[in-house]
Amino acid sequence: MDLLTSILTITIRAGTSLTLATIGEILTERSGILNLGVEGIMLLGALSAFATVFYSHSILLALLVAMAVGALMALLHAFLTTTMRANQVVSGLSITLFGTGFASFLGQRLGPATNNFRLVGLRAERITPLAPAGLKDIPILGALVQQDLLTYLTYLLIPLAWFFLYKTRPGLWLRSVGEDPQTADAMGIDVVRTRYRYTVLGGILIALGGAHLSLSYTPGWSENITGGRGWIVIALVIFSMWNPARAIWGALLFGGINAVQFRLQASGTNIPANFLNMMPYIGTILVLVVMTWWEALSKRVGAPAALGTSYMREDK
Amino acid sequence: MDERTIPKVEMRGISKSFPGVLANDCVDLVLYRGEVLALLGENGAGKSTLMNILCGLYRPDAGEIYIDGRLAAIQSPRDAQKLGIGMVHQNFKLVDSMTVLENIILGLDTESFVPDWNKVRARLMDLSARYHLKVDPDASIWQLSVGEQQRVEILKLLYRNAEILILDEPTAVLTPQESRELSRVVHAMRAEGKSAIFITHKMEEVTEFSDRVMVLRKGKVVAETSTRNTSPRELATLMVGREILFQIEKQPRQPGEVVLELDHVSALNDRGLPALKDVCLSLHAGEVLGIAGVAGNGQRELAEVVTGLRKATSGTLRIAGKDMTNASPLQIIRQGVAHIPQDRASVGAVGDLSVASNLAMKQYRSKPLAAGIFLLPRRIMDMARRLIDAFRIATPSPQTQVKFLSGGNIQKTILAREIGAVKTVMVAVYPSRGLDVGATETVRRQLVAQRDNGLGVLFFSEDLEELLQVSDRIAVLFEGRIMDVFPAEGADMEHIGMLMAGMSGKESA
Ligand SMILES: Nc1ncnc2c1ncn2[C@@H]1O[C@H](COP(=O)(O)OP(=O)(O)OP(=O)(O)O)[C@@H](O)[C@H]1O
Ligand SMILES: [Mg+2]
Repeated sequence: MDLLTSILTITIRAGTSLTLATIGEILTERSGILNLGVEGIMLLGALSAFATVFYSHSILLALLVAMAVGALMALLHAFLTTTMRANQVVSGLSITLFGTGFASFLGQRLGPATNNFRLVGLRAERITPLAPAGLKDIPILGALVQQDLLTYLTYLLIPLAWFFLYKTRPGLWLRSVGEDPQTADAMGIDVVRTRYRYTVLGGILIALGGAHLSLSYTPGWSENITGGRGWIVIALVIFSMWNPARAIWGALLFGGINAVQFRLQASGTNIPANFLNMMPYIGTILVLVVMTWWEALSKRVGAPAALGTSYMREDK
Repeated sequence: MDERTIPKVEMRGISKSFPGVLANDCVDLVLYRGEVLALLGENGAGKSTLMNILCGLYRPDAGEIYIDGRLAAIQSPRDAQKLGIGMVHQNFKLVDSMTVLENIILGLDTESFVPDWNKVRARLMDLSARYHLKVDPDASIWQLSVGEQQRVEILKLLYRNAEILILDEPTAVLTPQESRELSRVVHAMRAEGKSAIFITHKMEEVTEFSDRVMVLRKGKVVAETSTRNTSPRELATLMVGREILFQIEKQPRQPGEVVLELDHVSALNDRGLPALKDVCLSLHAGEVLGIAGVAGNGQRELAEVVTGLRKATSGTLRIAGKDMTNASPLQIIRQGVAHIPQDRASVGAVGDLSVASNLAMKQYRSKPLAAGIFLLPRRIMDMARRLIDAFRIATPSPQTQVKFLSGGNIQKTILAREIGAVKTVMVAVYPSRGLDVGATETVRRQLVAQRDNGLGVLFFSEDLEELLQVSDRIAVLFEGRIMDVFPAEGADMEHIGMLMAGMSGKESA
């Protein structure tokens, strides 16, 4: 495999969890709910997926458990912010704090006695890349096909989410709820139900993103396995201007810098490793600032107008 | 006659209270098939609340609603829609960033999963032609004028085959031409057997639009009669509970020096197109200069340039002799310029702050409301109470958040604040829009009083009668140009109308 193809392969693999979570968060934010719990939900997703696969040896079950955990956490966020009308930022941050702490706690309790009840350092089944013979050696294209099933699912999800959001009736309803809940409500769209629905759906995708980390990208459990990806996701949502079709570019950017940085480290450069580890984050943020600034100048698109606000019918 | 015996809509004993206010107090309302009912009442009388209950947005504390004689359990706007009830709200319910077509089908679950836009467009264009409601189906809402947005709202009801139409102050934001167009549409719908409830503050429209009138005062029905048996004067008295003088006493004017001067000023609108072209105007102290013109001919931009909210691309602006071209709004406020903006909801008031804070907003920097960097809450309260009384602002208390007030009362709050802050020039853009007859009278009086106190008043209005009554001189604005400036006394309505349509006096002669 040539260098470019191999970098691209890692790029896509690294980008998968980000893309999944970014699309999830886009759907949530399109309903007007800001979920800052991404980091916490990804961690819980990664942990529950790995613990499940370790004991059950079933990838499918692991994915299902992660999705259920994600749904549950997002449901909590939806309940707090729509029904209880808690501040969305506070609720989201609490979920991240809880998720981070609880995942770390469980990582030290759920393991087998032989490993001191810890999950760290254990191995289990992983989602292996499909490697279709004949295709994988083609330059560039090989990078696209030599990926695991979740990545294939992501390939599908991007156009699907885009189509849903911009071309279908429920997609239109969803966007109207995030733009102008007063109007959506007056037109007979159930604002509360819509917000619940897409917050939960978002939570499921975010947790799947986490599961991809512990089942495929860096198989196994390690403390803080997400490495702050949840926060990168929040930034990528802005970068993609709440459009699922654009989510992929930000994810690839982060994944790409990561891949290059890995290569450099592997080649034994004398740039300090800590500095290299920092690169994907700095790079993403820099590009993000420039792009967002550029977009804001040139077009009238931006955040869903009602993002972060609560809605109650008789309350003005 | 038979179908007239069972009302299309019957609301019985509807009560609804909000913290501190009883908005509807045991209200009965009947609407027959093929009838237009005018619903009148002061600002804050409870008209919008009653209609929001009928369209499912608010739940009544008590009372029942019958549609076609059957008890209807309306729990949500969706239930109301199923019963054929459609409402054009006082603040339009349109998603700004979406297109007309998207707004038309919003909430309609009968559309297919992937909407068939060609079908929607065809149906819309058909309705648009049938009712003479011209609109560009692919434009985004934010690109449309208020008049066009109104048309979209009406088309939305027609698209849904609404049988019962509720129009909450639809004409408040329309030009006289657009209002006439609306009255045609309402009559056409009535002829098809639809029923409508029509809220307005303009007495002449009651006769033009309605068959029957109902008057609310402080949440109670105080009168209900056939339109034929009543007069505008009687209705106005019923609404406010006192006699309204439609005439204002005006002292002969004593113009002083020039307080506001525009010298060849040009400016762009939001879309970057020229909106003001080479405007020259001068306003004297002790004078009301009325700006006539069809909405959208540069009025908004003119007011914004004068108040520092919009940059002039060329020309000079002088206030009290000082060059203030492109000065900041704060610098202009410091020159004693006050502004009653056109868009009162978003620029005029801070909804989340209390009435008292909103009233104090332009004076909190200095005595008597502040000592150094500290605000003096008791002084602010005192001032707020005084202004609430003087302007009859209907609010449960000075601490109530402004967003809870009725539309007209938000407008009064802004007015009270601006009149308190004015020292040289008052810029009033459609100040009586959405106000009840009593409040309109107060506003006109106040503007004239400011002029008598030696201030300059720049007064924008679409109501020619009001303009002639209040102004000393009139300037006509057409496509961003001043067509002519002349004394209001003895001015000819027809001549003004001609100028507003862009025909100069010479051509028409
Ligand atoms: N959602 C709400 N929360 C609290 N108070 C409200 C709410 N809606 C209306 N009110 C209050 O109820 C009263 C009636 O308001 P409403 O909007 O029905 O008046 P209106 O007759 O439509 O007046 P206007 O002519 O100014 O539109 C007002 O005192 C208003 O402050
Ligand atoms: Mg109202």
